[in-house]
Amino acid sequence: MLEVRNIQKSFGGTPVLKDVSLKVEKGDVVAILGPSGSGKTTLLRCLNFLETADGGEMTFDGEIIQLGRVQKRDIARIRRKTAFVFQNYNLFANKTALQNVTEGLIIARKMKREQAEGIGMRMLERVGLADRRDHYPIQLSGGQQQRVAIARALATEPEIIYFDEPTSALDPELTGEVLSVMRDLAREGMTMLVVTHEMGFARNVAGKIVFMENGVVVEAATAREFFDHPRQERTQAFLRTLDTPAAMP
Amino acid sequence: MNERLLGILTDSFSRILIPGLTMTIPLTVISFALAMVIAVAVALVQFAHVRVLTPLARFYIWVIRGTPLLVQLFVVFYGLPDVGIILEPFTAAVIVFSINEGAYCAETMRAALESVPAGQIEAGYCVGMSYLQIMRRIVLPQAFRTAFPPLSNSLIAMVKDTSLASNITVMEMFMATQRIAARTYEMLPLYCEVGLIYLLFSTVLTWLQRIGEKRLASYGAVKE
Repeated sequence: MLEVRNIQKSFGGTPVLKDVSLKVEKGDVVAILGPSGSGKTTLLRCLNFLETADGGEMTFDGEIIQLGRVQKRDIARIRRKTAFVFQNYNLFANKTALQNVTEGLIIARKMKREQAEGIGMRMLERVGLADRRDHYPIQLSGGQQQRVAIARALATEPEIIYFDEPTSALDPELTGEVLSVMRDLAREGMTMLVVTHEMGFARNVAGKIVFMENGVVVEAATAREFFDHPRQERTQAFLRTLDTPAAMP
Repeated sequence: MNERLLGILTDSFSRILIPGLTMTIPLTVISFALAMVIAVAVALVQFAHVRVLTPLARFYIWVIRGTPLLVQLFVVFYGLPDVGIILEPFTAAVIVFSINEGAYCAETMRAALESVPAGQIEAGYCVGMSYLQIMRRIVLPQAFRTAFPPLSNSLIAMVKDTSLASNITVMEMFMATQRIAARTYEMLPLYCEVGLIYLLFSTVLTWLQRIGEKRLASYGAVKE
């Protein structure tokens, strides 16, 4: 469904992504792991064109895109099939929870308000926040904001959702509610590409793990292989540094 | 206070207030509305780094902020006729005040636009909105809220600055006062009186600002 080959990106002469390749099939939950500064977030942002990659090729739904010289039109078309959940939620501060969810439907997709609000309410129900529909982001906890952000991502029926460290900005006691929503999505067959530090989530929910370091993919394997029989020495070292055993989220 | 002075002050009150209502206020409202249009346009051009227009915007702000308002009034009203452009006093005043205020408010708006986190724009892109849609629906509303107090400041300053229009024969409050003073020689009480009327106008605006800020408050209480 999504494949990237040899994606490259430098910031001011410093290479951040060095020929990264990656494949995601429909219904996959792929977790991207790796230490800070390994390029995971940059990779995700390049996939949704929040950063422009220097080079590389993307196949999305059979359509081939040259990442280094991508057209605005192509960006808009691909973005309509994807959704992005940010580390710090990025809910629209001047919109209520419901408006956050419906904005992309009413404004970008020209959907009728009543229809969009119907979808919006269903999505808020799905993340357990229907009763917060008229609350502004500032009135919601971090976990609630992130769940609204997930509802917003779901509303446009994306073919894939990119998650950029969705629980990293949350207090430990709030990560559970977000992870449980994500687990439900995985069970329902949503295709997800998740940059995360949550080893429990990676082990128990993700089917495939991509381990990155210094801008390259060190190891890509199924979750079981990755955690139980890591092939690369670097991966083994990384797993040893995780002092707390992976717990169920 | 003697009866003559009391008579002059009560008599002059309406004669000052009426040009205030019919001249000072329209001059302020029209000029400020135009200034806001200029400010938003000039701020957006810089925010979006539009080629060619951005240096023009900087040049405009540099010139207008760097020269006195009174000089600008004189250039437009007394100077432009030399090149065949003759303007009504009120028209000249509106042009100068809106262009002058526009430069200051453009900087206020630019700062407010830049204070909106980049993540708001990225989130807009990710739900499929175009740059213009994001600007109109997400960034500008948030920027306006930030800019509201400093813009109110500019509006209040402008009410008082319109007194300078008396220099180009606009028959506004201050000019009306000068005329009465010239006839009665009661300088101190009359100039104090007009000062009080400006203060009254500013007080109303301060009060409106407070109401406005409450309305805009932090996307605050649950929507009613």
